[in-house]
Amino acid sequence: MNLSLGPLLYYWSREDTFAFYEAAADWPVARVYLGETVCSRRHLLRLPDWLDVAEKLAAAGKEVVLSTQTLIESESDLKVLRKIVRDGRFLVEANEWGAVRLLSAANAPFIAGPTLNVYNPETLDVLAGLGARRWLPPVEVSRSALAALLEHAPDGMETEVFAYGKLPLAYSARCFTARHYNLPKDDCQFRCLDHADGLPLATREGKPFLTINGIQTQSAGVYNLINEIPSLRELGVACLRLSPQSRHMERVVKAFDAVLAGDTAAAAGLAKVMPGASVDGYWHGRAGLEHDAARNA
Amino acid sequence: MPLELVCPAGSLMALKAAIDNGADAVYMGFRDNTNARAFPGLNFDEAQAAEGLRYAHERGRKVLLALNTYPQSDTWQRWTGAVDRAAKLGMDAVILADAGLMRYAVKHHPKLRLHLSVQGSATSYEAVNFYREHFGVQRAVLPRVLSLPQVENVVKNTEVEIELFGFGGLCVMVEGRCLLSSYCTGESPNSAGVCSPAKSVQWKETSTGLESRLNGVLLDRYGKDEKAGYPTLCKGRFEVSGETYYALEEPTSLNTLDLLPEMLKMGIAAIKIEGRQRSPAYVTQVTRVWRAAIDAVKNNAESFTPAPAWMAELNKLSEGQSHTLGAYHRPWK
Repeated sequence: MNLSLGPLLYYWSREDTFAFYEAAADWPVARVYLGETVCSRRHLLRLPDWLDVAEKLAAAGKEVVLSTQTLIESESDLKVLRKIVRDGRFLVEANEWGAVRLLSAANAPFIAGPTLNVYNPETLDVLAGLGARRWLPPVEVSRSALAALLEHAPDGMETEVFAYGKLPLAYSARCFTARHYNLPKDDCQFRCLDHADGLPLATREGKPFLTINGIQTQSAGVYNLINEIPSLRELGVACLRLSPQSRHMERVVKAFDAVLAGDTAAAAGLAKVMPGASVDGYWHGRAGLEHDAARNA
Repeated sequence: MPLELVCPAGSLMALKAAIDNGADAVYMGFRDNTNARAFPGLNFDEAQAAEGLRYAHERGRKVLLALNTYPQSDTWQRWTGAVDRAAKLGMDAVILADAGLMRYAVKHHPKLRLHLSVQGSATSYEAVNFYREHFGVQRAVLPRVLSLPQVENVVKNTEVEIELFGFGGLCVMVEGRCLLSSYCTGESPNSAGVCSPAKSVQWKETSTGLESRLNGVLLDRYGKDEKAGYPTLCKGRFEVSGETYYALEEPTSLNTLDLLPEMLKMGIAAIKIEGRQRSPAYVTQVTRVWRAAIDAVKNNAESFTPAPAWMAELNKLSEGQSHTLGAYHRPWK
């Protein structure tokens, strides 16, 4: 089992983004997912910039995967998608079925991303036939639901699980960050740049609940399966996805790496560097915002 | 025939109300979590479905069956069984979201007409055409996220018929790509066929007002003069940077009557009315207005304007007594 650095879900400055990936070249992750998956208005890095980052990480020995945009709305979104598929140097993660169509037409092996909604082995088998070689279940899928699926998974299919980070829960045409600032989406003034880990949303009694990230809504809680590594191994999961955060990402990666290497005590240090409370309800078949009280107590 | 009127049937009474008031087609679900309105007391068993089909077919109308949740691995046969029953009953189409289930339907019931559900989250013609190429899908329902010019671009680049939501509850998120409900309650439309399920709702009168909670999470608090709506998660009031407001969406309904001439012109095949959870009386009123409006626009699109009486009637039925053009109208975004 090894580690993946998931796609950057937030909008950071060019300098911060480049610095993040320069550092990541030395982290103990086997692969890095790159590219803008949330909002087409985020343009500080264009596709050629991402490809430069990709080349550097590949040269540092990382497997590089280009992730496609999750919500495709316009012809210009499709243009970027086609360019990613045509480039052909790197594996691609398909995050909607238009990307699946283009990748399978190009005979390109691909990663089936978590928003393709694979909930059963039949659908995974459809994707395998089209060229998927690795897949991620939707983030709401529990351990037992994943186990039931994997009993009949197609041969040779690798499973990756979203194992750390604020959960990407929903996508909209509306930009909730622009809405917060009373700005139209088309003139959002790129306020996402001011919220390196998203904009916290709490209930009216002040309890953290969700995180606004442009058109994406995330959990406020940080999904954390570091204590579930034995059960993930038992299921035959091949990779764990760690979702980027603006600070202390190296410590997050190293904590997971240490636990993978058998140092279970390393899990305890994670709480100090998490940008929210730990949640793992989904993994246990409960509401996502719950956490395994017994273990965390 | 363009602008077919597709109305919700949560019960046999609602089905008859829709047919009697001018629906060209109705859509229904079986009484389990194979559809995205898996609410207690709603939907059809096999005998009721057969009776609904008979009633509709005798009057030259169609019945579509929503099987639009994602089949779970350990209960896969529940979904394939539902497809088999739909074929046996003679449904005019099944509305599916899951690629694996589509493959099953094509293999075992090649004559069964397939529609791509809004829960399939197809927002581009590349995605729509994927389902056409691989499963012969004949119609796609688009998520309520595209602007009208974006919809037109899809229509121009596919031979799949396009169906749009015209009226009713407004999902602010891309359908099929929203897990807010399971984050809060453990159950989502994708996997359980419900959003913000009633069994997780708690109402409580407090000194600071009436509170609505979902699985203990405070969604809103209402003052004396405020009307409390059903606590759908995305329509609660929350705090962001010290401000309390409808951070995601107001409790409002989608109403696209104004856009009918443009929809007709771009070749939209069907207009869907949301609301299988609503009463037969609601279905009667909404169907009647939309029948009149679609007839009027087809009769003369140039001079079409929604009658004030139609708008008044629909506003009365709308959530929060207000309506929006949603994403079809760019500034909403």
